[in-house]
Amino acid sequence: MEHEKQGFVSRYIFSFDHKMIGKQYFTLAMSMGFIGGILAVLIRLQLGFPSQPWPFLENLFPVGMASGIMTPEFYVSLFTMHGTIMVFFLLSLLPVSGFGNFLIPLQIGARDMAFPFLNMLSFWTVVPGAIIIIISFFVEGGAAASGWTAYPPLSGIRSAIPGSGLGQTLWLVGMIFFVASFTMGGLNFVVTILNLRTKGLRMMRMPLTTWAQFVVGILGLLSFPALAAGALLLTFDRSLGTSFFLPAGIFIGDTLMPHEGGTPLLWQHLFWFLGHPEVYIIMLPAMGFTSDILATFCRRPIFGYRSMVYAIMAIGTLSFLVWGHHMFVSGMSPFLGSLFVVTTLAIAIPSAVKAFNWLFTIARARIQFTSASLFGLGVVSLFVTGGLTGIFLGTNAVDIQLHDTYFVVGHFHFIMAGAGLFGAFGAVYYWYPKMFGRMLSERLGKIHFWITFVAYYAVFFPMHYLGVSGMMRRIYDPNVYEFLQPLQPVNLFITISAFVLFAGQLVFIYNYFVSMRRGAPATANPWNAAGLEWSAPAHPGHGNWEGEIPPAHRWPYDYSEPGKKRDFTPQWEA
Amino acid sequence: MSQTAIAQADWGGGASPFGVTWQKMMMWFFIVTDALLFAGLLVSYGVVRIATGDWPTQSEVFSLTYIATMTFVLITSSATMACGVKAAELGRPKTAAKFVWLTILGGFIFLGMQAYEWSIFIGDGGGITSNPWGSPTFSQFFFIITGFHGFHVLTGVIVLLVVAIRAAMGRYSPAGVENAGLYWHFVDLVWVFVFALFYLV
Repeated sequence: MEHEKQGFVSRYIFSFDHKMIGKQYFTLAMSMGFIGGILAVLIRLQLGFPSQPWPFLENLFPVGMASGIMTPEFYVSLFTMHGTIMVFFLLSLLPVSGFGNFLIPLQIGARDMAFPFLNMLSFWTVVPGAIIIIISFFVEGGAAASGWTAYPPLSGIRSAIPGSGLGQTLWLVGMIFFVASFTMGGLNFVVTILNLRTKGLRMMRMPLTTWAQFVVGILGLLSFPALAAGALLLTFDRSLGTSFFLPAGIFIGDTLMPHEGGTPLLWQHLFWFLGHPEVYIIMLPAMGFTSDILATFCRRPIFGYRSMVYAIMAIGTLSFLVWGHHMFVSGMSPFLGSLFVVTTLAIAIPSAVKAFNWLFTIARARIQFTSASLFGLGVVSLFVTGGLTGIFLGTNAVDIQLHDTYFVVGHFHFIMAGAGLFGAFGAVYYWYPKMFGRMLSERLGKIHFWITFVAYYAVFFPMHYLGVSGMMRRIYDPNVYEFLQPLQPVNLFITISAFVLFAGQLVFIYNYFVSMRRGAPATANPWNAAGLEWSAPAHPGHGNWEGEIPPAHRWPYDYSEPGKKRDFTPQWEA
Repeated sequence: MSQTAIAQADWGGGASPFGVTWQKMMMWFFIVTDALLFAGLLVSYGVVRIATGDWPTQSEVFSLTYIATMTFVLITSSATMACGVKAAELGRPKTAAKFVWLTILGGFIFLGMQAYEWSIFIGDGGGITSNPWGSPTFSQFFFIITGFHGFHVLTGVIVLLVVAIRAAMGRYSPAGVENAGLYWHFVDLVWVFVFALFYLV
């Protein structure tokens, strides 16, 4: 296909090409992730060295770190924005919007997404959202400080704490931009996958990555409206003085608030009706990437393809029935709580199906240890670790003890954040040749993996002990409680490990940007993988394939078939 | 090939699963999403209403005959819309445009009646945080639910205006009329739920 000469703007900025839009999402998500990482480092700085002055930081944050000591208000803003940025602007944008856009048309054999203009619009809707979220750090009172869950009344009354003012308003505005963008993206994903598949690509021949993105698109479309409705009501509570989420009798200082009739529990229900599917919006793509990567590097068909697909669907469906397990201590009916326990533990079944299928794919295979496959194995490890602690927290009797402790922090950093992040890293190492036509440095990739893997466990595994010992989540200085003082060495260890973890990511950033120019040129199919995306040229232009789109003759996992000369049969070969 | 040409190029793809174009399918999925947004608001209303004691009797606050008339106007506009879609499908652009204009008229009448209803409510002392008939929660939900629905009607009217003006310019597609029609029917259906759950129950 011939390409017209495109100007800089139409090629790199307002591009319609799904691959360029995917890369734009990468750039945005990685920048946001970098900021979110710095926030995490600051949080750990306070917990590792409580209230110790760091004079040089005063220049950066004159209010939050006046005379170098972190104020409690600043600390609260830090973890709020760390959560918001990481969950929505890194872990949703990178695997879903980034890789979804980049991979779906390539994997299903389409020239572009169904509605390229909407695709461009969705990217340029999320950019202002991201900018607003960053700007909120620099307004009066600082950024939002009600946690990433924005529970009222902290988020509903403007005078509640410093961060409840303009910072919280900007948080809501940023989130509304995000929801709008994600809805547009989800519409595009679902419709593209349903309608634009190439000849012969039945649904049951799709790669598991595309299956995951398909279910994620549906999850987004069904769950984000709940947050949108909640955000609308919360905005009214804040700006017009209504009381949707605010009960009577709230005092701010000595002032009785005029609100009456609302219930903060309503927000929790609306938020978690989004919040739990959101966890799987982050997790499912990582599961898809892992399946594709492990099959390629084990040179094995993925074990139990059908059960993998059904597991993705089951997880997607169940994710709408479990939101109450975030609210066991909120005072809801214990009977309802037990129902949520049952649905929550039921998710363990499809999750275990996936974990065992990966293990059977790996078992007795001659694994090629590339950076991508290492990260794929990392996902399996983190997923099992985090999944086991999930069973603790999903049982209400145990959760009442562990709720709002560091056990929870450790749990979700393993399963959602960790497995999601490792999946995204694996995917970058795996599909980078198709993205930029060059290879990433494998040596740096392996260094990156080992630092990240070891440091990740070093940071988050001890948190389970902290939680069981009673250390509260979101606490500014644990040493105010005598019984937490002996835990300070553990906190110091976690902090040092967190610094190492952050430093390890610099290796990745260096590798990513330097390899774009200096990496070894990639061939069209450097991994000898069987998926349809590898039939496109090494650095495909807009339109993806020159000439006709290849048809799909088989599923994308035909590796090591007995009696064949090559150890793989590409999907596009008859 | 230009960017738009690639965007509109023949995909060479497989069979479309439900025998519909991606545009129509996208509209259906959008409707599902938007319906859940209304569901979120209506469920919130239900939860808070059950917990609130002095909920006013709707017939004392509003003239239900007036609201029923509004409902009638909106449902009639759905009927004219359906006629417009059918005419477009049969290849009669002029008839289709006529019915679309009638639908737009219906939309404007509905919006006008709603504005009048709001002005009466506010004139009687109702406000977003005040309600002379009982709990202020009632008026909060009144404004947010009918306001959000009215915003959707307004959006629908704008979409239909675009369709009508494009038809007048000769740039007209039956599929475009059908998609606009789908959205319009959805907005009307939501009103039926609002009418039933907020005004009648």
